[in-house]
Amino acid sequence: MLCFGFTFLYVPMVLLIVYSFNYSKIVPVWGGWSTRWYTVLFESEEVWAAITLSLKIALMNATFATMLGALAGLALVRFKSFRGRTLFGGMISAPLVMPEVITGLSLLLLFITLGQLIGWPTNRGITTITIAHITFSMAYVAVIIQSRLTGLDQSLEEAAEDLGAKPFRVLIDITLPLLAPGLLAGWLLAFTLSIDDLVIASFVSGPGANTLPMLIYSRVRLGLRPDINAMATIIIIVVAIGVCLAGWLMMRQERQRQRDMQLASGDNIKQD
Amino acid sequence: MNEDLIAIQDEHKASFFVRLSRSLQSSWKSIVVAIPFFWLLFFFLVPFLIVLKISVAEALIASPPFSPLLDWSEDGIVMIRLVFDNFTYLWEDDLYVITYINSVKISTISTLICLLIGYPIAYGIVRSPPTTRNILLLLIILPFWTSFLLRVYAWMGLLADQGTINNFLIWLGLIEKPLRMMYSEFAVYVGIVYTYLPFMILPLYANMEKLDMTLHEAAADLGAKPTITFFSVTLPLTMPGIVAGSLLVFIPATGEFVIPDLLGGGNVLMIGRVLFNEFNSNNDWPVASAVAIALLLLLVIPMMIYQHIQGKENQP
Repeated sequence: MLCFGFTFLYVPMVLLIVYSFNYSKIVPVWGGWSTRWYTVLFESEEVWAAITLSLKIALMNATFATMLGALAGLALVRFKSFRGRTLFGGMISAPLVMPEVITGLSLLLLFITLGQLIGWPTNRGITTITIAHITFSMAYVAVIIQSRLTGLDQSLEEAAEDLGAKPFRVLIDITLPLLAPGLLAGWLLAFTLSIDDLVIASFVSGPGANTLPMLIYSRVRLGLRPDINAMATIIIIVVAIGVCLAGWLMMRQERQRQRDMQLASGDNIKQD
Repeated sequence: MNEDLIAIQDEHKASFFVRLSRSLQSSWKSIVVAIPFFWLLFFFLVPFLIVLKISVAEALIASPPFSPLLDWSEDGIVMIRLVFDNFTYLWEDDLYVITYINSVKISTISTLICLLIGYPIAYGIVRSPPTTRNILLLLIILPFWTSFLLRVYAWMGLLADQGTINNFLIWLGLIEKPLRMMYSEFAVYVGIVYTYLPFMILPLYANMEKLDMTLHEAAADLGAKPTITFFSVTLPLTMPGIVAGSLLVFIPATGEFVIPDLLGGGNVLMIGRVLFNEFNSNNDWPVASAVAIALLLLLVIPMMIYQHIQGKENQP
């Protein structure tokens, strides 16, 4: 069953990669090995514009969503009661399960209403897409930060407070460094969510602003395209390298920690 | 009398702002709460209320193409106009009713298939040795980080009339004419199961990881057959994982747009696609908003169950 499952998950992707090296213009008909579709892909200015736009949005989104999501997670875990906590908790978890079409539609209607009321935004594009992405990806970051915070040892913060550190100092010197792995995971997730999003971006984007998924979608709607296979290959390889690297680093960290703990307990025994 | 009311309201507003500024000064904690709170209020709750508002407005051929909800008549009285025509229209049009039923049907069956495939995989991963386990888990997570759109596109190449599967079957000599697989409900099922399978496996794995395996041994020692052990021990204990995974597949699959659009074409009616087209091609915003609200009503119970489970898990 495991073999069947992993075959099911990976054969389509492997075939996607194989056919990107196909000379033939018709994707499933084999015409010999070639890298010509990679050249075609990179010669297209449209593709470069879409990649740049998507990267810009993803970077801004990841940074702001991490900040907002971290604040939200902190508020929900550390402040047990404040006015509007129920509403806040509902609003932070609702984007996780809200169908994309509804999020997209509602944000577009907001931007149009705002445009009529205060004259902003005058045209939709990079700003509106970034705002929309921050809104849904901060919810994912908040979940990660929440679970990380609940697992943290609060005695370190209490110790700092007892030693006279002001709350702000405790946040900067103690809580944030402890949260760092969660923040990094949140940033990466927000980045991926943004660069992967088609539906919400399609709703809130205006003429001329095409993100990478929007460009891919407009091309594959009409059928199979070898240059899109080439694009898919590049994306899959980049992601695979990134995920393997992250996995390797995490495993190394885990091993290091176990070794440290063994050393620490060994020292204790000697001292006794 | 009107002035009194305004005065009271102003006082309320003033005291609200005084309280707000006082609490802002008193502690930085308020800032921590306020920034994400107001962001969500403004970019999540308010847009949603706008959709609600437009869903009860009339369609007009104008910009924006709907009638205002609040009309200021000359004597200063606010008139609220609620038009439920959009919802009656949805209910009376067979197309929409069929689309809703079809969406629920497709996402329910897909969820069940995901469960049938995902459950043994999750179980297999849990039972494998620790080092293999980490690698297998990484392999499950990996597709999740690659482009969703491109994973759907991969199946366009496999299922097409001239696609890999048909070519392979013809080469084997099993069929003579290509099977028609693209642009059918079958293709949509394959697409949903393929893209949402990790969402089923991961919660199941998280749940099974915590299982106490000695319970199985105890059941076996007491003479229970493997099937009986499964149905009376394993299945009830993994129920939380089954529910969480099923909801994580069912909820997004019901409102799915990309998969029915690329793999189902015009032959498969699903609500996400209808909403998208209603808005972008027909430009009928009130009906699109009503479709959105109706979709939400459909999902509100599963969404609440999911939030309830999540809330329980987050409590220390």
